[in-house]
Amino acid sequence: MSTQAPGPVQAPEDSRIHNIGYRSYDGPRLGRAAARQALFSQSLRGAYGLGRSAKSKVLPMLLFAVMCVPALIIVAVAVVTKASKLSIEYTQYAVFLQMVIAIYVASQAPQSVSRDLRFRTVPLYFARPIERADYVLAKYGAMASALFLLTASPLLILWIGSLLAKMDFWEQTQMFGQGLVSVALLSLLFGGIGLVMAALTPRRGFGVAAVIAVLVISYGAVTTLQGIAYGTENVGAVKWIGLFSPITLIGGVQDAFLGAPTQAPGGEAAATGTAAGVVHLLVVLALIAGSYAVLMRRYRKVGL
Amino acid sequence: MYNPTVARLTYRALLGRRRALILFALPALLILIAAAVRAFNGADDQVAADVLGGFALATMVPLIGVIAGTGAIGPEIDDGSIVYLLSKPVKRPEIIFTKLIVAIAVTMVFSAVPTLIAGFVLNGNGQQVAVAYTVAALVASIAYSALFLLLGTVSRHAVVIGLVYALVWETLFGSLIEGARTLSVQQWALALAEKVTGDSLISSDVSLPTAVTLLAAVTVGATWFAGRKLRTLTLAGEE
Repeated sequence: MSTQAPGPVQAPEDSRIHNIGYRSYDGPRLGRAAARQALFSQSLRGAYGLGRSAKSKVLPMLLFAVMCVPALIIVAVAVVTKASKLSIEYTQYAVFLQMVIAIYVASQAPQSVSRDLRFRTVPLYFARPIERADYVLAKYGAMASALFLLTASPLLILWIGSLLAKMDFWEQTQMFGQGLVSVALLSLLFGGIGLVMAALTPRRGFGVAAVIAVLVISYGAVTTLQGIAYGTENVGAVKWIGLFSPITLIGGVQDAFLGAPTQAPGGEAAATGTAAGVVHLLVVLALIAGSYAVLMRRYRKVGL
Repeated sequence: MYNPTVARLTYRALLGRRRALILFALPALLILIAAAVRAFNGADDQVAADVLGGFALATMVPLIGVIAGTGAIGPEIDDGSIVYLLSKPVKRPEIIFTKLIVAIAVTMVFSAVPTLIAGFVLNGNGQQVAVAYTVAALVASIAYSALFLLLGTVSRHAVVIGLVYALVWETLFGSLIEGARTLSVQQWALALAEKVTGDSLISSDVSLPTAVTLLAAVTVGATWFAGRKLRTLTLAGEE
C-alpha cells in the first residue's frame, strides 16, 4: 500500500469550459391565451380519444355512433316514406338518449381531470403562464364542447334529413335552433356536474360511479316520485319535483321556452308553465355557475 | 381461504375517505323517497312493491354492486399497487375470495339493509313485501359482487361496462326483449322474491329452479375465472 499521496489534485493547465451552445430563447412568447387555447384543444381532442391510445378511442367513438345511429334511422324512414314531419322532435332527442350522454360524461369527465390530479401534473400546468381560471375555463369549455358535439351532431343529421325529405324549411330550421339551444344548456350543465364530481374524486372508478349516481339515480328517483305524485292526483307537484334531476331540469326549461312536448307524466296538465319555467331556468344557470365556482375553489389547492 | 389482512386492506380501500359518501348517499335517498311516498300516499302494497322493485332492486343494488365489486380490486390494478399484494405468499384465488367476501358484505350492508328499512317505512312489511325485496337484494348482492369483481380484473373500464350492463342491459333491453330478461341477475333475484310473497304482487320471468341454478353458476364461475385471471395478470401501462 503506497502511503504517498497522489499529489494535490491540480487542474491541468489546458482545461477549459467548452461552449456547448446554450442559448436563451428569443422567439415569440405566446403567453396566457395561447396556453389556455392549447389546453382547451388538447382536452377536447382527449375527450374523443384523439391523441391517445387506440383503446381509449373505442368508448367515446362508440357512444358517438350510438348517439347518431337512431337519427340516421329516423331520417332514412322519413325520406323513404316521404313523411311531412320527423317522428321525433329535435328537443326530445337528447332526453330519449340521456343514458348514452350520462355514460359519456361519466367516462370522459374523469379522464379529463382525474389523471392530472393523480399523476400530479397540475402543478406543472400552473408553472406555465396560466392562472387557475384559465385551467378551469379550458377544462370546462372542452368538456361542454365535447358534449355539444355529441348532442348536436344527431340534431344536425335530423335537420339535413328533414331538408332532404323536403319538409318546410323555416319550420324545421326554427325547431332545429330550439334544439340547439336546449342541448347547449344540457352540455354546460352535464359538463359542469361531471367535472365537479370527477375533480372531487381522483380515483377514476369512483369518479365514474359518482357521476352516474348524480345523473341517472336522481332521474330514477325523480321519475318514480313524479309517477307517484301523478297517481295520487297531485299533478301540480309533478313539475316541481322535476327540479331535482339534471335531465328533468332541462326538460322543464324546454317545455316552457322551447316549445317541446312535455316528458312528465300527466301530459299538458303537468307541463311546466312560464312561472315554473323561469325557476327551472334559474336553477340550471345557478348550477352551471355553481359548478364553475366549485371547480375554482377545488383548484385553489393543487393536491388531492 | 379467507385472509384477514387482505380483507382489512379492501375494507379500507372501499370505505376510506370520501368514498363511503357515495355509498351512504344512495341508501339515504331510497329511505327519503320511501318516507316521501308514505307521506304523499299512505301505505299501499302495490306502490311499495313498485318503489322497491323500480328503484331499490333495479337501480340501487346494481349500482352499489358496481361500486363495491369493481372498487374492491379495480383501483389497485389501476394504480399498480396490486403487485405488492401479488408478490406476497398468498394464493391468487384466496385474494379473490377474500375480496369477494368483502364486496358482498359491503353490498349487502348498503343495499339490503336500506331496502328492508324502506320496505317497513313504505307499508310496514304488508304482504311480506319488505322481506321479499330484502331477500332479493341479498341474493342479487352476491351475484353482482362476483360478476363485477370479475369485470374489475378483466378490464380497465370495469365501472363503465358494469354500469352499461346494470342500467342499459337490465332495464332497457330487459323491458324490450323477452329473452334478455332470462339473462338478468335482477330477474333471478325477483324469482326468489316472488317465492317469498307467494302472490301476484311481484312477478319474475324466470322460474325458481332456473334462477337458483343460474345464480349459483354465475357466482361460482365468475369467482373461479377471476382467480384464473389474477394468476396471469399483466399490468397495462397508463394510456
